[in-house]
Amino acid sequence: MTIAASTQLICFLALSAVIVLGALGVVLLSNIVYSAFLLGGVFLAVAGLYLLLNASFVAAAQVLVYVGAVNVLILFAIMLVNKKEDLAPIPGLPIRRLLSGGVCVGLFALLTRVVVTTPWAKGPAPIGEDATVRIGEHLFTDYLLPFELASVLLLMAMIGAIVLARRDVQSVDPVTGEEVDQGLIEKARTPLLVDQPRA
Amino acid sequence: MLSELLSGSVPLQAYLLLAAVLFCTGVWGLINSRNAVRVLMSIELMLNAVNINLMAFSSYVDGQLIRGQVFSVFVITVAAAEAAVGLAILLSLYRNRVTVDMERFNLLRW
Repeated sequence: MTIAASTQLICFLALSAVIVLGALGVVLLSNIVYSAFLLGGVFLAVAGLYLLLNASFVAAAQVLVYVGAVNVLILFAIMLVNKKEDLAPIPGLPIRRLLSGGVCVGLFALLTRVVVTTPWAKGPAPIGEDATVRIGEHLFTDYLLPFELASVLLLMAMIGAIVLARRDVQSVDPVTGEEVDQGLIEKARTPLLVDQPRA
Repeated sequence: MLSELLSGSVPLQAYLLLAAVLFCTGVWGLINSRNAVRVLMSIELMLNAVNINLMAFSSYVDGQLIRGQVFSVFVITVAAAEAAVGLAILLSLYRNRVTVDMERFNLLRW
């Protein structure tokens, strides 16, 4: 066992411990803010795994997109909808949890069986440092159409998110001139955005 | 697999098993979460498990043409779009229902 190989093994074990414990924390912790921060830790550990697999570009994309964008977005959503509420009890909730836990354990057993019994083919040696160059070649030759479609998809998602999350605030009814109680705004009835005086 | 593990290198199966654990945790959280934000987090966990699989296969089986890495870049893109739209839907649901309890979202129930 060389030093490099054992270092890799130790890194893998540490990262997988972080990933598994963090994922369990995301799912099981009752405080949603802790869950969000643990989710960031899981994303970072997954980026570390990508580094172990000689994929520096995807690791950087993972850190930028997941930790920098998705996790921050989730934290903002938690801030916007953070209201202490007592969830109404549901009859048979523990049975439901146990049943779904059994289903998940069964799914895991199935996957484990497939992973262990399949004779995985040994491929050529990984190219390592040239991976970023190769990804760029792929993106602009044989994966050009998906690449361009991804940009259209991101534009559509951006417009859709703006349309869905926008609040239509009108403090005064344009027809009758009366004060309008929108009822759509969650906490304060006072509008956060005061609309322009209509001409 | 065991001989590889004893020689110190990480086998492909270890990555696949880790991804399986992550995916099953995500499925359990998706089914059992009552907070809608946590449901979105569980979906992110499942997407990450799939990405780990793609990256492991790309490194171990397809080492020269790393197509798995290209696919995981696309998965990351779609996940970002999904998170943005999902959280926007969550915000507008919260404005209509003033709750994030998944059991009380029955707008589409007949």
